[in-house]
Amino acid sequence: MKQFEYVRPASIAEAVAAAAQPGSAYLAAGTNLLDLMKGGVSRPDRLVDVTRLPGLDRVEPLADGSVRIGALVRNANLAHDARFAKAYPAVAEALLSGASAQLRNAATVGGNLLQRTRCAYFYDTASRCNKREAGSGCDARDGENRLHAVLGWSEGCIATHPSDFCVPLVALDAIVEIEGKSGRRELPLAELHRLPGDAPERDSALQPGDLIVAVRLPASARTFATHARYLKVRERTSYAFAVVSAAAALRIENGRIAEARLALGGVAAKPWRADTAEQVLKGATPDAASFQQAAQLALAGAKPSGDNAFKIELARRIVVRALTLAAAGTPARVPALPASPFASVSGALHV
Amino acid sequence: MTHSISLTVNGARRDFVLDDPRVTLLDLLRERLQLTGTKKGCDRGQCGACTILIDGKRINSCLALAVSHDGADILTIEGVARGDQLHPMQAAFIAHDGFQCGFCTPGQIMSAIGMMQEAQAGNDPERIRECMSGNLCRCGAYAGIVDAVLEVQAGQDEAKQRLSA
Repeated sequence: MKQFEYVRPASIAEAVAAAAQPGSAYLAAGTNLLDLMKGGVSRPDRLVDVTRLPGLDRVEPLADGSVRIGALVRNANLAHDARFAKAYPAVAEALLSGASAQLRNAATVGGNLLQRTRCAYFYDTASRCNKREAGSGCDARDGENRLHAVLGWSEGCIATHPSDFCVPLVALDAIVEIEGKSGRRELPLAELHRLPGDAPERDSALQPGDLIVAVRLPASARTFATHARYLKVRERTSYAFAVVSAAAALRIENGRIAEARLALGGVAAKPWRADTAEQVLKGATPDAASFQQAAQLALAGAKPSGDNAFKIELARRIVVRALTLAAAGTPARVPALPASPFASVSGALHV
Repeated sequence: MTHSISLTVNGARRDFVLDDPRVTLLDLLRERLQLTGTKKGCDRGQCGACTILIDGKRINSCLALAVSHDGADILTIEGVARGDQLHPMQAAFIAHDGFQCGFCTPGQIMSAIGMMQEAQAGNDPERIRECMSGNLCRCGAYAGIVDAVLEVQAGQDEAKQRLSA
């Protein structure tokens, strides 16, 4: 690991000023950053430790029916916040399907949003990677790429964003609160992560010094509480990133879908909102035919970036299954294997 | 630049001067305190061998910078027994053959203790397996580990019942 300077600012303003200097990186739990630094993938000159900043570790219901989640709230604390999990069950299920219990106890909300891709070529400093080193090339393109992107990728980068948490968040219109050099601003989560285009080295819309201070879910997000699921296919049943995942949320009135939300994970460099599929579901009856139509639309623009054509059909099936589970209703308790397609099998063993 | 930090480790206050901020809690415990029960397996947050409790919560000590944890209350495998009396989880691991080579065992035991405090798995073997998935065992002692946790959970449930009876 490269030598770095460690600073621990006392206020958000101090943090932003310190992190705006070139070579700086914010440190929260460090569950992804330290791993990247040990591998020489990230080489910051200065770590700005934000873990002691006051007021960023609360889950606050706001007067307008929205909820504000501080950037330093730990993944486990959010998922196990009973009021939060009841109102936003797909978010809790997604959180509990990610990483391990140890990592969830440490990892923060802001850190989850800003975690880097797990593309093996990004991690391997002997490989060419346009995300790690701009303009160096992409060894994933002709490499082991069965888990890479099928939507929104470019010739320069086929990496995916690995977050589970972000998938239901983007479906529920989450808003990111950012403190920067010119003060506080807000950005829809859908606009935080960038598709690679010709600048894969830029993961997000954030500028130097920008600090995510909170994520907000608008009042509408809780209207899906009774019909919301997250479903995630992994190569092993627990403690693995998604091959493909989907968050589905429905508002069902008089036997018809009054409003639908749908987003996919593991398919692109950002959590992928499936807007056109949502539109076709509006007013439809919640049945196999409409879910299959939605799945076709959700993957309409998909194309393989390597040995991953299977992910397109897999994603369609996961969309249908997630919508079917959402229509059946949110379970009273998060399943023993959160988000697992096998969770309904009684007595299933996974070790 | 040096950094001074204080930790409570297994009930005792420890002061450190770090002349390099790169040191992890795992390395601090092993190299500075010779508490080598906490194991360095992958050193990348994947195997769980370095699991310790910080302020009662299980975490991977390999991915925690010591300098960022000034003031933390840390419990390691060396701190769970009372003198010669093993922690119930340690005794249950022995009773149920919850290990073979033993390398992952301190992490497994700390993780299991942390899991019981989280109270999410109860006595459901499926939930226990899921909640313990952050601890790998290359010998494959998982079946014994689940049995050990179930026994400790059953003992705790019984004790609760006795208290409420």
